[in-house]
Amino acid sequence: MEELGKRAMAGDIRAASRLIRNIEDDIPETTKAIKHIFPYTGKAHVVGITGSPGAGKSTITDQLIFTMRQREKTVGVLAVDPTSPFTGGALLGDRIRMLRHAEDKGVFVRSLATRGAMGGLSKAVGDGIHVLDVMGKDIILVETVGVGQQEVDIINHAHTVIVVLVPGMGDEVQAIKAGLMEIADIFVINKADKDGARKLYKETLNMLNSGNFPNGWRPPILMLESSLEPHSFAASVEKLCDKIDEHYKHLVERHQLKERAIRKVITEMNDALRAAILEPVLSELAATGEFDFMVEKLLSKETDPYSLAEEISKKYLNK
Amino acid sequence: MFTEELLDKSSTMRKKWEDEVKKTVAKHADQKEKWTTVSDLEIKRLYGPEDIKNMDFEKDIGYPGQYPYLRGNQVTGYRGKYWTFRMFAGMGSAEETNQRWHYLLNSGQTGLSTAFDFPTLMGYDTDSPKARGECGKCGVAIDTIDDFFTLIKGIPLANITTSMTINPPATALWAMYCAAAEIQGIPLTKIGGTIQNDMLKEFIAQKTLMCPPEPSVKLISDTVEFGTKYVPRWNTISISGYHIREAGATAVQELAFTLRDGMEYVEDVIARKGLHVDEFAPRLSFFFNSHIDFFEEIAKLRAARRIWAKAMRERYGSTDERSWWMRFHTQTAGCSLTAQQPYNNVIRTATEALAAILGGTQSLHTNSLDEVLCLPSDHAVQIALRTQQIIAEETGVVNTIDPLAGSYFVEALTNEMEEKAWDYIHKIDDMGGMVKAIEKGFPQMEISDAAYKYQRQIDSGEKIMIGINKYNTDEDVEIPFLEIDDSVEKEQIERLNAVRRKRDSRKVRECLDDIRTACKKGENVMPYCIEAVKSYCSVQEICDVYREVYGEYRDPGMY
Amino acid sequence: MADRKIRILLAKPGLDGHDRGARVLARTFRDAGFEVIYTGCHQTPEQIVGAAIQEDVDMVGLSCLSGAHRYLFPAVAQQLQEQGADDITVVGGGIIPEQDMQPLYDAGLKALFTPGATLDSIVDWINENIKPRD
Ligand code: B12
Ligand SMILES: Nc1nc2c(ncn2[C@@H]2O[C@H](COP(=O)(O)OP(=O)(O)OP(=O)(O)O)[C@@H](O)[C@H]2O)c(=O)[nH]1
Ligand SMILES: [Mg+2]
Repeated sequence: MEELGKRAMAGDIRAASRLIRNIEDDIPETTKAIKHIFPYTGKAHVVGITGSPGAGKSTITDQLIFTMRQREKTVGVLAVDPTSPFTGGALLGDRIRMLRHAEDKGVFVRSLATRGAMGGLSKAVGDGIHVLDVMGKDIILVETVGVGQQEVDIINHAHTVIVVLVPGMGDEVQAIKAGLMEIADIFVINKADKDGARKLYKETLNMLNSGNFPNGWRPPILMLESSLEPHSFAASVEKLCDKIDEHYKHLVERHQLKERAIRKVITEMNDALRAAILEPVLSELAATGEFDFMVEKLLSKETDPYSLAEEISKKYLNK
Repeated sequence: MFTEELLDKSSTMRKKWEDEVKKTVAKHADQKEKWTTVSDLEIKRLYGPEDIKNMDFEKDIGYPGQYPYLRGNQVTGYRGKYWTFRMFAGMGSAEETNQRWHYLLNSGQTGLSTAFDFPTLMGYDTDSPKARGECGKCGVAIDTIDDFFTLIKGIPLANITTSMTINPPATALWAMYCAAAEIQGIPLTKIGGTIQNDMLKEFIAQKTLMCPPEPSVKLISDTVEFGTKYVPRWNTISISGYHIREAGATAVQELAFTLRDGMEYVEDVIARKGLHVDEFAPRLSFFFNSHIDFFEEIAKLRAARRIWAKAMRERYGSTDERSWWMRFHTQTAGCSLTAQQPYNNVIRTATEALAAILGGTQSLHTNSLDEVLCLPSDHAVQIALRTQQIIAEETGVVNTIDPLAGSYFVEALTNEMEEKAWDYIHKIDDMGGMVKAIEKGFPQMEISDAAYKYQRQIDSGEKIMIGINKYNTDEDVEIPFLEIDDSVEKEQIERLNAVRRKRDSRKVRECLDDIRTACKKGENVMPYCIEAVKSYCSVQEICDVYREVYGEYRDPGMY
Repeated sequence: MADRKIRILLAKPGLDGHDRGARVLARTFRDAGFEVIYTGCHQTPEQIVGAAIQEDVDMVGLSCLSGAHRYLFPAVAQQLQEQGADDITVVGGGIIPEQDMQPLYDAGLKALFTPGATLDSIVDWINENIKPRD
């Protein structure tokens, strides 16, 4: 397993994709590979792209790849699509918009299914980013699933978060207020060919006017030209690319990269603890039938969840 | 439609019949609960006067050659002239296809129809890396006008109409036809035919893609304008439901999306070219599918004529009755045929052809029995053509016009198709038109849903395809097989290279520059295309200019 | 908990636009519990192979009704081989004449499905023959 980590670091695409697969599939020994590569992570600029379903995230990601390649940066992409809750299957549709880069050795695109994870990402995103990072990708783009206002986990993984808005989503602006507002570093208004784009711009602007920005970064709002006009769309995505660079520069100059890094390691630590402590306990309880037994006890009101939890923590944590 | 007295009487009699039905069904249950068309439209056990009582004879039915043209455009029906026997044909090299054309004409075919190969359809030359392995496999390979001359050898351009199934590169291929006519000394006013040239249905269904929707529609409007001014006998768009249906649409979806496509073109030409609707609408033509559900197809075709007439008169204020006529070609349904027990396909095609004729088609292609296996062999294509000829000359169905008019069922079904189609049309209007709806993926997803549902119904046996899920046999039936040899590609590339060597490359560059400038200025490209093909510019060279100026459109891959 | 899922790249190589079958299959695969990446039409063998490797799929499904399968299917199989990825199973479907089948099997195709193949039979074949690789 460690071997896979080494090979991925050496730029072996098959090893990298296999490693991400193992992370996704939750193969236990995979942690060995992650342990191996972890010291070398943290070099890439991680950019999250989020927004409602069909907002144009993949279309923009595709054009971003193109522009970044022109600027001679290597690019890794993790694109997340939802798993069907009914069949467990998934149609991973983001990649289709990025196929023109399939032959470019400087681009690595990997589709991930949510597999039940909430928060708009897959559980494999955190470590997946590490893999792309040690492959030497300069920029890592993470496309979330089409989200509502609660799915904001991307903030724990990205240095720069782009929120894509489209006209005609009705209570879109409400949703921003509720959640996405907090996480956006750059707002993009897409499908400028549609009615209501200017109005949406104004609403977003008004909302920003009433905000305060302790980090000294006021999220810019970019109107993208319609992707149906390939030439002008490309030009407007260049501007988006400039803003992304500018934001990164801001983070570096204001020493704010660390804050983002802290968020990521805390998340990772939490996840790792959960995997190392809680999950083994839960699976043992399930395997011995104890869990079902506890459920019965709760149903009959013989005891309460808190007392049970205390009992269990005493047993496992030797306290 | 009926007197109160008759309706009363009918209602009493109907009750009695219904009681009988109940009793009978209690004893002998029906074979299945729901009886539906192939498109899943539910059909009643019986139709009667009450089902069409709200029809207005004058407004909704009328006479042949009179508004709303439910009963056909031709006042004399098929007595004056049968529909055109027009078999879609093209394979391998231009020479091979030319031979097939002559074979068909000698067999009594009355119009030509061209199938191009994939590189041509997509605007690539045979030597493009993207074209590897495709040359001649699905139609005739045309790179330059040199191939085109071979294709039309011995074909009297002034006396026969030719249809070309070509879409993104339509300007280039039509330019070749026009140029060839000019070179032969035939004035453009004398030639007649059709270019398919319907990009909206490409995005929806057929997927020969090149540029984004907006500029695609611009190029189409160029041809409409050019045709209106200089080639008056040419149908510059064949607004096609065939492909929509074959991609998996229901009959209603085919009807609605096709007609809404037509309306989109009308609106674009009026807005962009400033033409009056009656200046160009008479040359718009349509192309429908005739699927296996007999009455549904007849109803669909009848409804199509009526919807179009209403739309032209009421929506676009047309006053020329030639604009109100919906003229259409029909092809039997390829997707209804099976590889298993292939001779059964003859029966399917005959039934579908009959529906198209009872629906009043002006032109017909009948599929060959080897449809699922390969391009039609000589033997198979002859049976297919004979199918039409037998219907025309032996069965007597042509004796009288629109024989099913007044049938309670057919009229009710026609009305239902029309209503459901208008629902879709209005929905698309609300989205801002067909281009917008396509950008949203609306028609594409409706079709995907229908296609998936249908395939599941076949899998579960809910819908029957003989030889696939009922009356299967294991026997292998040997039938003649038409194979396109891989050597065609090599020979075609040699021909193309020979043309490249002999042509004046400076002239080629100039012609392409002229097209580029026209594109950038928004001028009509047609005159420049004609010059370009005369100077031996290739199909890809012209299309590359479009791709460069307008950008390339890739399949968004909706499912 | 370890949970291997079958991942499939469903691709349309060449200039062919007949995508009805491929789109039906994409949904079928999702509903069978597989993770599917559909490429849409007009892909080159290079693009398909690149995507298959990056996505670490267990199977590449090629759908071609244009007759160009004779060139395109072997090209995909061969390029996978060249990139050391011949453990990815290649399966094809579409208008594949009987006489073309053996050469395609020889080129590395594991199965071929033609018109009339039921969706269930295709899913069953995959469940039997495609095991997520370890
Ligand atoms: C529908 C159809 C069309 C539709 C396509 C709509 C669409 N978006 O798909 C339309 C009308 C647009 C069309 C156009 C053309 N068509 Co067409 N078309 C057909 C037709 C009638 C049915 C195909 C179909 O969709 N079947 C239903 C689906 C569900 O079945 P399927 O795709 O075969 O898939 C099944 C199996 O094959 C298998 N399978 C297929 N792929 C895969 C992949 C994998 C991984 C697996 C496991 C299984 C699998 O599983 C599926 C389920 O059973 C066939 C003939 C026939 N009856 O097969 C001709 C046919 C394929 N077309 C043909 C031709 C020539 C054309 C044109 C090139 C004509 C022209 N010159 O203009 C154009 C080109 C269009 C384009 N851009 O591709 C020829 C091809 C000849 C050849 N290969 O030798 C055929 C065979 C007809 C013929 N005999 O002439 N066509
Ligand atoms: N009209 C218009 N349509 C656009 C524009 N950009 C993207 N689209 C279309 O919007 C649809 C969705 O685009 P995607 O890029 O797949 O959107 P997404 O946000 O990645 O979608 P999910 O990943 O499914 O949530 C596609 O059909 C695009 O062609 C635009 O600028 N204008
Ligand atoms: Mg997406």
